[in-house]
Amino acid sequence: MEVAQMQRRLVDYTKTLFMEFLGCSVLQLQQLQDESNPDFVVEVVSLFFDDSEKLLNDLSTALDQPNVDFKKVDAHVHQLKGSSSSIGAQRVKDACVTFRNFCEEQNIDATLRCLQQVKHEYYLVKNKLETLLRLEQQIMAAGGSIPMIEMGF
Amino acid sequence: MAADSEFHVLAVDDSIIDRKLIERLLKTSSFQVTTVDSGSKALEFLGLHEDDGIINTNTPSVSPNNHQWCLQEVEVNLVITDYCMPGMTGYDLLKKIKESSSLKNIPVVIMSSENVPSRISRCLEEGAEEFLLKPVRLSDLNKLRPHMLKTKIKDHQEPEKQDKEEKQQQPQSNNNNRKAMEEGISTEKIRPRLNGITAMV
Repeated sequence: MEVAQMQRRLVDYTKTLFMEFLGCSVLQLQQLQDESNPDFVVEVVSLFFDDSEKLLNDLSTALDQPNVDFKKVDAHVHQLKGSSSSIGAQRVKDACVTFRNFCEEQNIDATLRCLQQVKHEYYLVKNKLETLLRLEQQIMAAGGSIPMIEMGF
Repeated sequence: MAADSEFHVLAVDDSIIDRKLIERLLKTSSFQVTTVDSGSKALEFLGLHEDDGIINTNTPSVSPNNHQWCLQEVEVNLVITDYCMPGMTGYDLLKKIKESSSLKNIPVVIMSSENVPSRISRCLEEGAEEFLLKPVRLSDLNKLRPHMLKTKIKDHQEPEKQDKEEKQQQPQSNNNNRKAMEEGISTEKIRPRLNGITAMV
């Protein structure tokens, strides 16, 4: 596949991603990437994956205790909410907001369901981001550059 | 030797992702950046020790795990900090900076993912220059330079001038300043009224 075609595919994919999953943050991230920082997007996204997966594990453990410490659970969710918001993972962030409400109520069943929901949203966005990164890598491997995407806002 | 046009920003955030983002944003805006992950580390970097509040002018403070630490020659032109942090919050850090005779002139900007009006007014009242909502955008950082320039200009004028006098003059120059809006009544409006009263006597 030639570079122009790959670039086209990337632009289209990013636009879809923007509309369905992420806020304009994904475009901001790309704008921050340049020749002197070619791996910025990969680095930030990888940090997000590592951070989130650790938080999700901590959440599972915390909710698995005989006496659940809801303050601790809330602290973890707050962190996840923050990082997903920073990276633009809107649906993960929204799921975290709901999660926090149930933490306040100290509702064990509801919070377990929230955890499942957050995990679901997280894996969805992870999948999308990994595809994005793969497309970018293909372009760069073929010697092309990542196109700037104008969204007109 | 840093060039005159290069401003050095100290960014404080406990989230590694947000630290990475703010660092990139600041560098893209042509600022020099140092990031730390807590308020106490920020104070250490600025040369202030929590316990005794005494500035360590002679000994460079060297942290076991970090690179460029606290030589008093490192000038910080602005501190940008997250509000919600474990231990010392951004608000606590702001207070400590404003209470310190050596650091109080450093402009402080607070960032938060939560839009809580009472939180915002509290920070602005305590002396924060701006309150930015996360996720922070590149355009938000354009608001930072004026605050840093203001400090540099002040430093070149008589540094012995009374602080109060300077503060009262600030609302005049900052038209878009959220702080001025929050404070409501500017000192400008008060003076004519007082003049009116004394004239009647």
